Amino acid sequence: MSGLFSALSSFWAWIGYAFDPLCGPVGLFRIFASDTIVACGDAGWGDEIAFGVKVTISLALVTLPVGLVLGFFIALALQSRDKALRTAAGIYTTIFRGLPELLTLFIVYYGLQMAIQSMLAYMGVEERIEINAFFAGMIALSVVFSSYCSEVLLSAFRAIPKGQYEAGDALGFHRGRTMLLIILPQLIRIALPGLGNLWMSLLKDTALVSVIGLSDILRQTGVAAKVSKEAFFFYLLACCLFLVLAMLSSIGIGFIDRWTKRSEVRR
Amino acid sequence: MSYAEKLLPPQPAPPVLAPPVSWSRIFGLCVMGLWAALAASLLYMMVSGWDNEKFLRYGPRYLSGLWVTVSLVGLSVVMGALMSLPIAFARMSTSKVLNAISYCYVYIFRGTPLLAQLYLIYYGLGSFKPQLDSVGLWWFFRDAWYCGLLSLTLNTAAYQAEILRGAIQSVPRGQHEGAAALGLPKKVAFLKIILPQALIVALRPYGNEIILLIKGSAVVAVITVFDLMGQTRYAFSRTFDYQAYLWAAIFYLAIVEALRHLWAWIEARLTRHLKR
Repeated sequence: MSGLFSALSSFWAWIGYAFDPLCGPVGLFRIFASDTIVACGDAGWGDEIAFGVKVTISLALVTLPVGLVLGFFIALALQSRDKALRTAAGIYTTIFRGLPELLTLFIVYYGLQMAIQSMLAYMGVEERIEINAFFAGMIALSVVFSSYCSEVLLSAFRAIPKGQYEAGDALGFHRGRTMLLIILPQLIRIALPGLGNLWMSLLKDTALVSVIGLSDILRQTGVAAKVSKEAFFFYLLACCLFLVLAMLSSIGIGFIDRWTKRSEVRR
Repeated sequence: MSYAEKLLPPQPAPPVLAPPVSWSRIFGLCVMGLWAALAASLLYMMVSGWDNEKFLRYGPRYLSGLWVTVSLVGLSVVMGALMSLPIAFARMSTSKVLNAISYCYVYIFRGTPLLAQLYLIYYGLGSFKPQLDSVGLWWFFRDAWYCGLLSLTLNTAAYQAEILRGAIQSVPRGQHEGAAALGLPKKVAFLKIILPQALIVALRPYGNEIILLIKGSAVVAVITVFDLMGQTRYAFSRTFDYQAYLWAAIFYLAIVEALRHLWAWIEARLTRHLKR
């Protein structure tokens, strides 16, 4: 069993190396910048920055499904018939849309740390706990993402006519099946532009986790800038990397948009 | 053939059935209870952890931080609005060069994080000290406050240019044609016919942009500007008291909510001629 795991992990490491766009065998830095300050390996900062890119992308990709699911349920709660549920969800979105993302991040990071510590102290364990910056960043970003996402999904829900639900009832579908087969496909189609914008802002917000010490793009380039005294070059590189990520994701969103509209009538 | 001899007497309304207890009601009440417990525990934390000395020491600092945040955001919104005018017009012009330049500006500033722009301006440009000194701009790029102001202004100018462009282009073509049919010069038509309609469309996005900027301005704390967030981090680093962040949260929430309601009122007031 452990052999399987080590084989899997080495395979995963090989994939990460082979398809690395910056420092892989056909990476940009390896081919075009092998004897500059961003060379891969010990000579330059290339591999550190490539690692930062991976961290940023994985943080955004991990946050996305959590935020989407949470946002979907909050949107359902926001349009529920029950007043208590509506109010509770409204308080959630008001708080997390009103707080700066940086402050949310700090509150989650230090708050979780203190909560766990006090709980351990209550149980009689005195220990200094430091929670994972990736985990704290994921929680904070998905909370913020979900509160914006719920607003987008809510307006998309309102754009779906009541007749669609009635059609589901007429076909004898269970409510979950109506949601899954009739409402959700239309919902995605309507909400996609808004969700695309949210994804872009999520990608930009991941830069904030560098402040609590997660080695993302901005942190790695910042370290490189401090050590090499080439601040302008490295921060420009960071901006360019974020721009490239934004361009790639707008291309991707365009593909998804066309895919969701494949069954619409061509006019 | 039969017909009703007399009217039916008025019937009492059917009894109101108590709504059945559903899962959503239970869950909603649970979450409301959770919020209430959270609010009560925060209140308890504040009352029990109240320290007059800390309040006297850090209270004025919070207020000065609040002033820094407000002045930073206010100045950058105004200067960004001024800067966004030429960008929006360049974006709508028929000249390919102007179009490309303004498109690149908007794309770059909307596609990169504010924090990265801030680092680029403060640390990046700050590394060109001799050159900046010879031009006589070093005093500007030496000061974190000015750098924060510059990056916030550049950032919001890009967003406001897009808002303005979208709003101007949302005015239907018939309005241009109507103005032309009345023989109005282009300038007058723009100022008196197009712009008022465009600004009403732009009102809501402008409000959102100001709120986003207030929230975004918290990142200037990272380059040692003592705005509200900066003072919070200072207080936390001195006292390790979690209340520091809670106070900041209260301040930010109060500002954002007040602005949101104020903006909704302004919008309702300015568009009251459109309501039927």
